[in-house]
Amino acid sequence: MSYLQFLSEHGPTLLLGTVTTIKVFICSLALYIIISMIFGLMRLSKNLLVQGLSTVYIEFFRGTSLLVQLFWAYYVLPFFGLSLEAFAAGVLTLGMNFGAYGAEVVRAGILAVPKGQWEAAHALNFSPAKRIRRIIIPQIFPIILPPASNLTVELLKATSLVALVTVVDLTFEARQINSITWLSAQCFGTALLIYYIMARFALVPFLRWLELVAAKKVGVGDT
Amino acid sequence: MEMAFRWDFAYEILPKLLWATVNTILAAGIGYLIAVIIGLLFLLGQRTSFKILNMLVREIVEFIRSTPLLIQLFFVYFVLPQFGITLSAWVCGMLTIGLHFGTYLCEVYRGALEGVPKTQWEACKALNFSSLYTYRRIILPQAFPIAIPGMGNYLVGIFKDTPLLSTIGVAELFHAATAVGGYNYRYLEPYTMVGVIFLVLSIPAAIWVRRLEKRVNKAQGKTIK
Repeated sequence: MSYLQFLSEHGPTLLLGTVTTIKVFICSLALYIIISMIFGLMRLSKNLLVQGLSTVYIEFFRGTSLLVQLFWAYYVLPFFGLSLEAFAAGVLTLGMNFGAYGAEVVRAGILAVPKGQWEAAHALNFSPAKRIRRIIIPQIFPIILPPASNLTVELLKATSLVALVTVVDLTFEARQINSITWLSAQCFGTALLIYYIMARFALVPFLRWLELVAAKKVGVGDT
Repeated sequence: MEMAFRWDFAYEILPKLLWATVNTILAAGIGYLIAVIIGLLFLLGQRTSFKILNMLVREIVEFIRSTPLLIQLFFVYFVLPQFGITLSAWVCGMLTIGLHFGTYLCEVYRGALEGVPKTQWEACKALNFSSLYTYRRIILPQAFPIAIPGMGNYLVGIFKDTPLLSTIGVAELFHAATAVGGYNYRYLEPYTMVGVIFLVLSIPAAIWVRRLEKRVNKAQGKTIK
């Protein structure tokens, strides 16, 4: 069977899987951003309880393997009466896992904002909430975006793991086709190519553009 | 089926899981060694005097870096036999992990080399040092400390990615837990214990990497926050 024949027969199935992969990616991306922000800020709280809570969260999710967490969420949580659908378990685990890594990025970003900015906001008698929201947060984007976009590419790659808890994504479809046709080179090769195209020609250029915009808005990347 | 955590069952399967942990550590160690070497090869491949070769290697690195390890594992495991190369799951797994993380380590090395101030290169040129001597005595001793934290991070990273090996049948910790769970129809204890074992091993490793980073910064005379 030629490769073109293979594509015309199984291409649509792989594309359907790709759509699911993109869905998983976007949902977990949203969760990842929210969790990074919340736990990154909590990590810098002066309240020891809040700070401790986020430290435990971050160390826990970074210390155990993503696949283990995924299987735990899908196969063990039902023991406690919480049955998640595969898609929900996948998105939740991915978002929470990457959120832990992202929280550290956010924390480092906030610490990297020059001290004078804090002092100036203080001198102008801004409330603590306003200080963070209007002065500090807008300035962290040029700092956190490069490491955060690396994590985002990692997230796209990590979505492939949800196939192992029966989410019918690109990886799942590739495995399925492989087990029917045994055309391993074609189906896994095509899947690799699709992931590559998504990352290299869509996601990465978009993130680079975002980095440029953030740098311009804050006025750091003077080019 | 009971809901509560059964300690007796956990105790019963603990030896099995601990033995499998040895395999996990072994896999991470061997995979890392291969990655360190492959990373160097990738780096050298990008710094030759043949522009086309450099670009080709660069693109291969990008390709491996932006595709999932899981599918790479399947690819190597299922496709190589079609070309008459039959490798065991262990060998396939180690090679793929080495290749995948080799591209990451290549980036770490590259960053470290770029971290050496340009004036150092210029000074070597002015002193008419040979390029081998420049690398061996001037550049590498300065680049190596910069690379250490990144290299440590990826050692921990490989360790946490070893459960993927279970998908092609490497008998590491996660594989053992799945087998035990399937045999007894209980996944609560095996998977929870795998999580705990990972936590117990990777937190000290992460602390160690952080310390190393601080020591390196100090030795280089950088201010520490």
